[in-house]
Amino acid sequence: MLDGTAAQIFERVPNTENCQMPVARPRAEIFREGCEKMANTKTKRKTVEYSRYGYFFIAPFFIVFAIFQLWPLIYTMGLAFCENYTDTMFNMEVGPYFNGLANFKTVFVGNDGRLFNTYTFQSLWNTIIMWLMNFLPQILLALILAVWFTDTRVKLKAQGAYKILTFMPNIITAATISVLFYKLFDFPNGPINQVLTSWGVLSQPYNFFLSKWATRGIVSFINFWMWYGNTMIVLTAGVLGISPSLFEAARVDGASSWQIFKSVTLPMLRPIMLFTLVNSAIGGLQMYDIPKLLTTSGYGDPDYTTRTMTMYIRDLAFTGSKQMGKAAAASLILFVVTLFFSLVLFYIMRDKDAIKEKKAIKAAQKARKGAK
Amino acid sequence: MAKQNNEMEGGLHARILGAKIFRNVICIFLCFLSLIPFWIMIVNATRTSVDIQQGLSLIPSHYFMENWAKLLYQCSQQVPLWKYMTNSLTIAVFSTVFTVYFSTMTAYGVTVYKFKGSGFAWAFIMAIMMIPVQVSSIGFFRFMYGLGLGNNYLPLIIPAIAAPSTVFFMRQYMQSALPLEIVDAARIDGSREFNTFNRIAMPLMKPAVATQCIFAFIASWNNFYTPSMLLSSQKKYTLPMFVQMMRGERFRSDHGIIYVGLVVCIMPIFVVYFILSKYIIAGVALGGVKE
Repeated sequence: MLDGTAAQIFERVPNTENCQMPVARPRAEIFREGCEKMANTKTKRKTVEYSRYGYFFIAPFFIVFAIFQLWPLIYTMGLAFCENYTDTMFNMEVGPYFNGLANFKTVFVGNDGRLFNTYTFQSLWNTIIMWLMNFLPQILLALILAVWFTDTRVKLKAQGAYKILTFMPNIITAATISVLFYKLFDFPNGPINQVLTSWGVLSQPYNFFLSKWATRGIVSFINFWMWYGNTMIVLTAGVLGISPSLFEAARVDGASSWQIFKSVTLPMLRPIMLFTLVNSAIGGLQMYDIPKLLTTSGYGDPDYTTRTMTMYIRDLAFTGSKQMGKAAAASLILFVVTLFFSLVLFYIMRDKDAIKEKKAIKAAQKARKGAK
Repeated sequence: MAKQNNEMEGGLHARILGAKIFRNVICIFLCFLSLIPFWIMIVNATRTSVDIQQGLSLIPSHYFMENWAKLLYQCSQQVPLWKYMTNSLTIAVFSTVFTVYFSTMTAYGVTVYKFKGSGFAWAFIMAIMMIPVQVSSIGFFRFMYGLGLGNNYLPLIIPAIAAPSTVFFMRQYMQSALPLEIVDAARIDGSREFNTFNRIAMPLMKPAVATQCIFAFIASWNNFYTPSMLLSSQKKYTLPMFVQMMRGERFRSDHGIIYVGLVVCIMPIFVVYFILSKYIIAGVALGGVKE
């Protein structure tokens, strides 16, 4: 299709009855004909003629995508197989020279020879832990709120205000929020320490940023706090999208609220929840701003336990001996994990319609048989 | 029998009332949770550093102007604060315009025209929607420095043209808001294709354009990842990078200044959000139902 037959794609004979064969013709002729038609006739045919304008409309997107996203991605892939770093002694860049899988070896195999015992996988693990710690409570709370906000029996009048306020942290700059929480959890005189000591919860100020789980907890909490409002709004829209007759039917049959939730709301919400899950996973894997700005050094204190994958990649590439090659290899791992999630989503979204159709056909066939 | 029924109904009412109170209490607590960090921030911005260290207060004091003057002074040592703001604003405005205009254009291209490969183009846009910029940042960085665009705003603005999720939203909206007959009618009246798009399709898409403008602007304004990777001269820093700087040594001694700095960074979004919150929430709900 792409081997120089663009003319055939662009300049097809207008679709008459059975004429599907592309025939290349001079552009001027087509143009003249088109003009004549435009002037003379009002047949439906000419909409086909205009179709080539579609290429002009989508061209900017694809050109920019190719230059600023696709090529950098290919470049990154290439660098992953190259030796490329800066010699700190002479401040000279080395490479990029092709060195095969050497980068991947350092990424996968630790110094002690154990597989996955590397900083790369530690940071991937950190990222996944912190994502799970925020996603699970987030989807749970969002689900509860979505059910509450759509409950027709117990109407919450102020839900507009609730939505506005709970969504609000989502649009505030993550970097700013991170620094704000850094100040709030400050040791020894941050507001949280002041409150906890004055209430007697803590006997003396606690340095949260020296504890691995406290720091991870704060990162997860910030993410949770920023995103549950968003998830809640999405799920609320999802619940509202479910046909009301389903709920009515369930209620007429005497189902309790819990039964309705379990057997109507939850199954119907599944696609949207999966979408939220995958979206959140992909976003969560790229977590950067919050852990980067939350701790004192910015390198994932304490002891690199809050260093995420993107932080690690940038630490590799832009600090010390600027190991671009290794950073690119780590990027590729991030890419593969991300791709895995998006493929899952793509698969789910794709297949569903087909399955639905099949089911509908089967049901129709059954119904017909039953009628007979 | 009737009495029993009444009692049951009464019980039901009581239960509904109970549930109502319980749910409202939880929701109010959550709202409180959303607001309290910002409230502490605002209050602390009005207090002296010594006061802040001594204890928490929820009542504003009156040292805001002093803190503000100190912040301006600290900033003016190197780069004035308004410079960071205008930098962020410049990038955000340009990338918003690019994102929204070209995304609408792309969506128009795949919706209105049925050309060879239009189905593929759409599937491709869907597929790349999920690939984040972070995975290719190493290549992006090297490529941009290779082109000599390292310390430049162009790599922050131009890529905004290719925004798959905005294209997705625009197409969803376009399918309901833009009847193809209008495009045909415009053709019959002799309108050129790009003219039709600019004069007829864009105005019809106004609500979607407005929503996406808000989101694109916020996304660009909040972006920390790419600018902090590319921009090296302090004069070109954006607001989130200024926030990062505030954690540095120069500001660490005075807590009041940091809180004022945070207030300055957050306030513009706060104001915009509370004016446009209705549209933003509607937009989130629309964008989420991707089916």
